[in-house]
Amino acid sequence: MNPIYQKITGEDIEKLVEICDERRVVAGAEVGEDYCHDELSGTRSRPEVLVRPKSTAEVSAVMRFAAARKIPVTPRGQGTGLVGGAVPLCGGILLDLSSMNRILGLDETNMTLTLEPGVLLMDVAKYVEERGFFYPPDPGEKTATIGGNISTNAGGMRAVKYGVTRDYVRGVEAVLPSGEIVEFGGKVVKNSSGYSLKDLIVGSEGTLAIVTRAVLRLLPLPKCRVSLLIPFPDLVTAIETVPKVIRAASTPTAVEFMEREVILAAEKFLLRKFPDHSADAYLLLTFDGAEKAEVETACRAAAETCIACGAPDAFISDTPERNESLWAARGAFLEAIKASTTEMDECDVVVPRGHVAELVLFTRELQKRYGVRIRSFGHAGDGNLHIYVLRDELNAEEWTRTLSAVFEELYAKARELRGQVSGEHGIGFAKKNYFAETLSPAALRLLSGIKKTFDPDNLLNPSKVIPGA
Amino acid sequence: MKIAVCIKQVPGTAQVEIDPETGTLKRDGASTKMNPFDLYAIETAMRIKEAAGAELTAVTMGPPQAEAVLREAFMMGADRAVLLSDRRFGGADVLATGYTLSQGLRAAGNFDLIVCGRQTTDGDTAQVGAELAEFLGIPHVTNVCAICEIAQDAIVADIDWPLQTARCRLPFPCLITVDKNIFEPRLPSFKLKLATAGQPITRIGMDDLPDKNEKHYGLSGSPTRVKRIFPPEAKGERIVWSGNDAPADKLHQLLTAHKFLQQL
Repeated sequence: MNPIYQKITGEDIEKLVEICDERRVVAGAEVGEDYCHDELSGTRSRPEVLVRPKSTAEVSAVMRFAAARKIPVTPRGQGTGLVGGAVPLCGGILLDLSSMNRILGLDETNMTLTLEPGVLLMDVAKYVEERGFFYPPDPGEKTATIGGNISTNAGGMRAVKYGVTRDYVRGVEAVLPSGEIVEFGGKVVKNSSGYSLKDLIVGSEGTLAIVTRAVLRLLPLPKCRVSLLIPFPDLVTAIETVPKVIRAASTPTAVEFMEREVILAAEKFLLRKFPDHSADAYLLLTFDGAEKAEVETACRAAAETCIACGAPDAFISDTPERNESLWAARGAFLEAIKASTTEMDECDVVVPRGHVAELVLFTRELQKRYGVRIRSFGHAGDGNLHIYVLRDELNAEEWTRTLSAVFEELYAKARELRGQVSGEHGIGFAKKNYFAETLSPAALRLLSGIKKTFDPDNLLNPSKVIPGA
Repeated sequence: MKIAVCIKQVPGTAQVEIDPETGTLKRDGASTKMNPFDLYAIETAMRIKEAAGAELTAVTMGPPQAEAVLREAFMMGADRAVLLSDRRFGGADVLATGYTLSQGLRAAGNFDLIVCGRQTTDGDTAQVGAELAEFLGIPHVTNVCAICEIAQDAIVADIDWPLQTARCRLPFPCLITVDKNIFEPRLPSFKLKLATAGQPITRIGMDDLPDKNEKHYGLSGSPTRVKRIFPPEAKGERIVWSGNDAPADKLHQLLTAHKFLQQL
């Protein structure tokens, strides 16, 4: 269904320079290598031209021009994605939105923050927390843009209690593939006015529209935060305890599981020791709230539940220094695993909470059966696992074969457990085929229909998400 | 072996108010925590206790609410706790603090080894450990970065000096102050929290000390007069080099000049 796209000519470049200025239009071999890939997936492709708009009007003008000329456009934030979503597979224009990075206003009465898509997640957190507010979504990659987070409906560690990015996007301004500027949602808390196009844009990975402005919902900043590091004799006992903890205590903000091997890799990577080495597996729970007493009660209930389920003890982390010693390690897991091998690929499946242990056991079985290292860690509280298959010393042919066989089995298992292909990283290009396998013909027809309605000429981020697009 | 660890309760954040009259920190109402450097001292003492067998006593000087850090020391494995608390100890400078601690430690028992953190995050002087040792008349080393051996009669430790590491052997009784990152401090244990909730804490006031002359304690025992305390001005110094200035060479020179880099 891919149409024949127009190649970009010298004349096109001149037109684009007219829209933006020449410093923000980079063509051909001048485009840096960094713009041809993202953080992880093996997907690579060079854009014909890189454009860095600074305003909604410029995005609209570029899109209008591209639509008239039938040139594909791929929006991009910081390129920290993991599934090739921001890679310009069909060449054309790569629209780098990272210069649109202004915070436009904090509305203290309605508790919203209006901002442009290029603002970094870490800057959002800093800005609102300094003013006593809280933006709960907390994906590990803090240098991602908020636009990228909206595109993938990013989740993160606090999803158990607070939900995901979609739950905190009140409104968006976006540019359609035609160049028209639209606004969906707003500062309202409730909205039953027809189909929620705002929610459709969130998580659409830049295939339906280009988000140029967002209104985020904020909460009051919790004053008190305590983490518990809980050692367990083995991972299965740890993970099977999670549903009991969530039922016993007031909901934890985060429930992460981690294994000794991954902790050791993080220690080696950070040149810093983890505070405990007594166990093979750990749960890391965080509780937050407005009052110290409330948080302490929740911690106590959780610690008692874990000890009753076989944990030898529970360790308390209640100061910035202690939290840093735990979360620095947790934050480094991805990079540490990456540094321990030659190449890797990851699977970000999500399964119902009750099936996490089963899926982790299955990865161990695959590890043995295929003779390949598989590492995992993740959000035990919401069932979203990050499973990494490591290449190590495999040659190219062995690697491709093993990886695809292992992934095939992993996704099949996730389907059997009634899970989903991606918990928070998105489908992009890398997971498209696995996504296709989960779709019924009716679901595929609906998805394709939605894409066609927004983007009849398939110009916006082509070859992503939707099978056949 | 008997080990004492000196710890202190400090403000929970860097934003603290200062009493304009006395020039001392206002401690009421603000959140508090254990001095982060003391976590390394407790961890070091616990490692020695686990390796050589010892009784570990945590000692702090402060108002009654400083008991919280002693409870925390119990949760990290301390066996006993001593709180030096008396209104007449208030307003002490480093000298009076060192002296009060030395008197308190004499009253609390005979210790073979005293472990302190390098400094506190509220006073930042890094002097109390050394002064305490001088008042007790025992050998000491500061900035200990590794414990190499615990012998029958001495401890062998590495000291972190600017350009080299020195190894020294200190006969007991002695005092060490430990550097950050000597070990990663353990986290307080929930089980120990439950087990030590009712554990008694020894309270020592001025009247329990060998020297009862109140001129030696608190503000009156402090020769330091604080005229003004103020946050340091942020320097905000920025150097910008453009591509034509050979920035890599300049950066190398700057880092070398500041001793971040050195020729081996």
